[in-house]
Amino acid sequence: MATEHGAAPAVGMPQLDTTTYANQIFWLAIALVAIYLILTRIALPRIAAVLSERKGTITNDLLMAEELKSKAKAAEAAYNEALAQARAEAGRIVAEARAAIQRDLDAATAKADAEIAAKLAQSEARIAEIRATAADSVVAVATDTAEALVAALGGRADAAMVAAAVAGRIKG
Amino acid sequence: MEGELAQMGKYIGAGLAAFGLGGAGIGVGNIAGNFLAGALRNPSAAAGQTATLFVGIAFAEALGIFSFLIALLLMFAV
Amino acid sequence: MATGEGGGLSIHPMDQFIVKPLFGGTEIAFYTPTNVTLWLAVAVAAIAALFVLGTRAQDVVPGRSQSIAELIYGFIHNMVEEVAGHDGAKFFPYVMTLFLFILSANLVGLIPMSFTTTSHIAVTATLALAVFLAVTIVGFVRKGPAFLAMFWVSSAPLPLRPILAVIELISYFVRPLSHSIRLAGNLMAGHAVLKVFAGFASIALVSPVAIGAMAAIYALELLVAVVQAYVFTILTCVYLRDAVGDAHH
Repeated sequence: MATEHGAAPAVGMPQLDTTTYANQIFWLAIALVAIYLILTRIALPRIAAVLSERKGTITNDLLMAEELKSKAKAAEAAYNEALAQARAEAGRIVAEARAAIQRDLDAATAKADAEIAAKLAQSEARIAEIRATAADSVVAVATDTAEALVAALGGRADAAMVAAAVAGRIKG
Repeated sequence: MEGELAQMGKYIGAGLAAFGLGGAGIGVGNIAGNFLAGALRNPSAAAGQTATLFVGIAFAEALGIFSFLIALLLMFAV
Repeated sequence: MATGEGGGLSIHPMDQFIVKPLFGGTEIAFYTPTNVTLWLAVAVAAIAALFVLGTRAQDVVPGRSQSIAELIYGFIHNMVEEVAGHDGAKFFPYVMTLFLFILSANLVGLIPMSFTTTSHIAVTATLALAVFLAVTIVGFVRKGPAFLAMFWVSSAPLPLRPILAVIELISYFVRPLSHSIRLAGNLMAGHAVLKVFAGFASIALVSPVAIGAMAAIYALELLVAVVQAYVFTILTCVYLRDAVGDAHH
């Protein structure tokens, strides 16, 4: 490689060859100034702008996300409220229906009860009537029988006495 | 003869100076090993201390660099 | 260097670092376009391509090159803010320039047949001295004589303080040395090792091993290129903190 570029092989360290220092330092200064100018004039402001823009965008997006989240929460709350209302409504309707049914039922029961009571009273009246007629019949039969017995025994039955005796017996 | 002796002395001196780099190597290894030991105990704190690690390595290495410099000066400059 | 003429093996690991004029000749004046010029230009062009062409669209949802540019921007910005403190944040463009230059020069230098500008002490020492001078000047401008309090460790016992002050002072002035040689030394060593293994690859017996080792070292060198750029930058931030930050350190 040494022979390629014509220069003599390095004797010692090329780094310690002070004759090249001025040259290196001169070009280094130019390179550093060039880099500094490139960075401060173009690159760094550009990157700073991009970074702050991105930060702004991200902040905006986060804000929007926050807003959407709160909206979603509001929607959920509204939904829950609607649900609760619907439930209450349903409960009310059920209660109403139950009340109506109960009312009908009560009315029907009352009607039936009344009918039954009426029939009962009628039947009791008839039973009482039957009983009364039966009691009368008993008195009549007893009177008749007593008169017939008195007649058969040869007496003459006094109707009033017989009736009094029968009544006394029946009572006793 | 006189020159050859001086030459020999230079090379021997340069070789001896290179021992200093071994010390720097031990020092740097010690720093890195201790950092790793600490980092494994508390990994969450490790990320914040890498700068300290490199500064420590650089300072430890500086002393090795002086022996390197002495070796180079003996070889090429004296 | 290890020329090994005896066995016909000719390894010149340091030849890759020779500075030579681009358009012939041997004279190197300070304005002569050399291979240093060429590869510095390539490094600058790479940065421009990533940071000007890559971010051209300015999309809110970034493309591939734009997100790389943004990643580097965020990385260095965080580093400056965290390490150098809030007051150090206004040095961000300078730190960014340093980081991008070193990263780009390191990576461009890994292209085969290329020239690694950051492997030269002249280049890294210029960078390190610039940081050193900037930190010293900014420190004195910001804090005045109170900047010297950095060397007077008030948390230490009183008799120890003068000794510590001397040590701190020495370590302060040694900073640019270690700062620059770390970068140049790492890159130079890595590239020289690559070259040595490339030389071994011409021996049929060991060439498979040598080529495998080259691939492995190349991968390591990619890591080193990035890590050294990071280390140089973070040390710059640490030094900046002394100049602009709080007293504790």
